Amino acid sequence: MKESLLLGAEAVALGAIDAGISGVYAYPGTPSTEITEFIQKSKEAKEKNIRSKWCCNEKTAYEAALGMSYAGKRSIVCMKHVGLNACADAFMNSAITGTNGGLVLVVADDPSQHSSQNEQDSRMYGKFSMLPLLEPSNQQEAYECVHYGLDLSEQMRLPVILRVTTRLSHSRSVIKNRKCHEQNPLQAKLEINRWVTLPGFAKKQYKSLVEKQEELESISEQSPFLKLVNGSGKKAVIACGLAFNYVMEVRQNNNLDFPVLKISQYPLPTKQIADFLAKYDEVLVAEEGYPIVEEYLRGFSNNPKIKGKLDGVLNRIGELNPDVMAIALGVEPTKAAEMPSFMVNRPPALCNGCSHRDTFEALNKAMSQFADRHVFGDIGCYTLGALKPFESITATVDMGASITMAKGAADAGLHPAVAVIGDSTFTHSGMTGLLDAVNENTKMTVIISDNSTTAMTGGQDSAGTNKLHLICKGLGVDEKHIRTILPLKSHLDENVQILTEEINYDGVSVILAQRECVQTAMRNKKKKAND
Amino acid sequence: MIKNIILSGVGGQGILTIASIIDLAAMHSGLNVKQAEVHGMSQRGGDVQSNLRISDEEIYSDLIPKGKADIILAMEPLEALRYLPYLQKDGIIITASAPFKNIPNYPDENQVIETIKNSGFKHIIIDSDEIAKNLSARSLNVVIAGAVAPIIGIDSNVMKDSVKELFAAKGEEIVAMNVKAFETGVEYNKNL
Repeated sequence: MKESLLLGAEAVALGAIDAGISGVYAYPGTPSTEITEFIQKSKEAKEKNIRSKWCCNEKTAYEAALGMSYAGKRSIVCMKHVGLNACADAFMNSAITGTNGGLVLVVADDPSQHSSQNEQDSRMYGKFSMLPLLEPSNQQEAYECVHYGLDLSEQMRLPVILRVTTRLSHSRSVIKNRKCHEQNPLQAKLEINRWVTLPGFAKKQYKSLVEKQEELESISEQSPFLKLVNGSGKKAVIACGLAFNYVMEVRQNNNLDFPVLKISQYPLPTKQIADFLAKYDEVLVAEEGYPIVEEYLRGFSNNPKIKGKLDGVLNRIGELNPDVMAIALGVEPTKAAEMPSFMVNRPPALCNGCSHRDTFEALNKAMSQFADRHVFGDIGCYTLGALKPFESITATVDMGASITMAKGAADAGLHPAVAVIGDSTFTHSGMTGLLDAVNENTKMTVIISDNSTTAMTGGQDSAGTNKLHLICKGLGVDEKHIRTILPLKSHLDENVQILTEEINYDGVSVILAQRECVQTAMRNKKKKAND
Repeated sequence: MIKNIILSGVGGQGILTIASIIDLAAMHSGLNVKQAEVHGMSQRGGDVQSNLRISDEEIYSDLIPKGKADIILAMEPLEALRYLPYLQKDGIIITASAPFKNIPNYPDENQVIETIKNSGFKHIIIDSDEIAKNLSARSLNVVIAGAVAPIIGIDSNVMKDSVKELFAAKGEEIVAMNVKAFETGVEYNKNL
């Protein structure tokens, strides 16, 4: 047995390698990125020939992982919570087809929105898809859950969801390995009635999915991750996933003795919950994310025993922590020093020397000639262009939306209609929107701020590097209106000129603002020096 | 034994290297470790912190409760003060002296340092300029790791071995520089 100090995300990755996956499929997204990165850097994964390159987006990733499962091999697919929205079509219908080789979807939620637009709870997707979901409490369980999840997937012939959250994914702990599972052989079978989702077949598959629910529940009741911590008194806690740690922290620090039922697998284990609820007068439901279990247990008649987020005993918004848990459990907060009154925030900012800075400077100058200054932004470091000192971007919603929103606004008569999108976000889900614009020759300008990397998540390979000009041309943008600029101070006047010309052009234009990310450039330089 | 440590600084200052040195030493000493860190957007010049917990018992929470941190290790004095509500009453602040000013409204730097000195907490303020002059500005984080070594509940020599292990791949020269930085830090602790 080996011991290693790993992030929760890395524990998932190691679990997947040891559990015999043949491929990992993913698009970077905080807090899930480190799973795939770990496998990419692992010597063992290389020796085992585990496929690990980044995908264009979560949908291509999910479908490829499902294809590997179809062929009989084990795979995992990893993404952040909002990434699951991007692949929801593939995901939901994989519950209809089911799997052949084990398939685990690892989805990393971000309560408190440290690096995200929302704090959606992926356990909702578990319920929505009727697929089993695992929610580990600590890093070792995260490791174990991958083994268990892949086995369960093969046993039930369904994808299994593994939900982690920021604090688990980005916290290190010592992980003990267990015995490795060999990779599955190639064993693609013709099972048209399962894998072709024509209504005639899909109806039967859907019925089979519904019929499996009872068995899934009984498996949850025997889950190795279900745990009862005995105690005394008439007040008790049901703790899901990571919330268990905060509950136990408070229990340990204050020598408390209340009973705790730990839930780490869904559908909920009805038997244990019913027995537990019957025994106590008051039950606090502690869960990270939405009050899903709490709402279910309260029911329409609002069971008065249940306490939690809906009655304000715990915070409804934002992640849990040991301090809010202590208060919820009736412990007086520790008296502590206060922050000095002169304390100020230190918000994130674009790096010094970042190419986006020069792009925004040029864009602001060009836009200052027009009465309306609406710029549709996208998801990446450059979203910070909405803040001071640039305040260039006026809307940002989801991956790829800059182009399509600019198009809709242009259709409504807005001019200038400008989109700013990063290179990786463009190939993630901007290309199809550009084709929509080309097909109607919409009067709009798309700036692809191309730093040749997926910068915000730490510099992963970007699918469109060196291909962007060709892609835009291939989508039908008039080559005369695909202009490349070098975002540097010394090129400011020229860049403003080009931007102005293209904003005034009566059709679709693309500006490729190309300069390497300074962080990536620095890392590459260091790497070269070390080699 | 449990030690709760908050490491703080600005994205890019190298607090995770300090964490790695302590993590490794704790693991080699057979202790349990939990270390929560910040990834993603805040790394772009924002304030960053890491909650590091080592114990011979099971550690549950990845986050340190308020008023339970034994030590604040900061690469920058304002970032040391940001986590004061986490420090227990006998806690210690160890910080580098030089402010990192990447915001327009950084408070008066003398006031920042004086607040640490008058906080009522034990403190070690490491002269960043001196370190930059005598060693290298880049080894400041390892100096801070050295300064905490004698009070962390792990054998200082095990910590020093972790420094060697961590930098081994970068060659002997880098290892020697960092060992020297670590020892400089240990000396600072003697003035506590």
